[in-house]
Amino acid sequence: MNVFLFYLFSGIILICSLLTITTRKILRAAVYLLCVLLATAGLYFMLNYQFMAAVQLTLYAGGIVVLIIFSILLTSHISHRFKHPDLVKLIMGVSTAVVGAGLVIATLLSHSFQAGSAPELPVDMTVIGTQLLSTEKNGYVLPFELISILLLAAMIAAIVIAKKDKNKNSEI
Amino acid sequence: MIQGIPLEHFLIVSTIMFFIGVCGFIIRRNLITMLMAIELILNSVNINFVVFNRYLYPDQLQGHFFSLFIVGIAAAEASVAIALIINIYRKLQNIDVENVNELRF
Repeated sequence: MNVFLFYLFSGIILICSLLTITTRKILRAAVYLLCVLLATAGLYFMLNYQFMAAVQLTLYAGGIVVLIIFSILLTSHISHRFKHPDLVKLIMGVSTAVVGAGLVIATLLSHSFQAGSAPELPVDMTVIGTQLLSTEKNGYVLPFELISILLLAAMIAAIVIAKKDKNKNSEI
Repeated sequence: MIQGIPLEHFLIVSTIMFFIGVCGFIIRRNLITMLMAIELILNSVNINFVVFNRYLYPDQLQGHFFSLFIVGIAAAEASVAIALIINIYRKLQNIDVENVNELRF
C-alpha cells in the first residue's frame, strides 16, 4: 500500500511538473503546479511529518497558488496561448536539464547512504514548538527571528512596490 | 521511513523535478511561468531536506526546520515578485521577459 502510494505521488509530481512547464495556457500551468504541491504534501504525510505537510498545504497550495492565480487574472488574457519557444532556447534548456539530471543521478547512485539507526523522534507540536523557540542545543530561535523580520520586510516591500502612483494616472 | 522504498527513489524524483524547473526557467518567457518554475525548484529542494532528515538522522529535526524556513522564504519571495510583476504590467502592458530590459524608476 505504502509503496503503491509513493509511486502514485511520484508519478503525479513528475507528470504534472512536466506539464507545468510545457502547457501553453497559463492558468492550466497554475493548476498543474497546484497538483504538484498537493502530491508533495502527500509525500510528507507518508514520511510522518504531519506539521510540515500541513504547512505545505496551507502556505504553498493555499497561499502561493492563490496569489499566482490572482496575478494571472490581473495580467493576462485567459484564452491567450503562448508561442512556441525558440528552437535554440529549447535545445539549450532541454540539454541543460538532461545533462544536469544525468550527472546528479549518476553521482547519487554511486554514493552509498548509511541509514540512521537511531529511533525515530515523534514529531508532534510540543517538540516542534520547544525546538523552534529554544536557545539551547537543537534550538532554532535565531532563524525564527530572522524569518519574522524577513516576512515583515517582504510585506512592506510588496505594499510599497504594488501601490499605485498618485501623481501619474495610469489607466489600469 | 517508509518500508520498502529506498532513499534513492526519493532523491531521483526530486532531482528530476529540480531539473524540470531549471528547464522551464530557461525556455519560458512569461514572468509568472518563470516564477512557477522557481517554485518547482524550491519544492524539490524541500523534499530533499525532509527525506534526508527522515532516513539518515531520524532522531533530529534539522531538515524539517530548514524546509519550514524555505517555505516561509518562498512565500516572501512570491509576494514581492508578484508585486513587481503587477507593477511591470502597469508600465509595459505585458509581462514578457524580453521587454523588461530597462530598470528605470
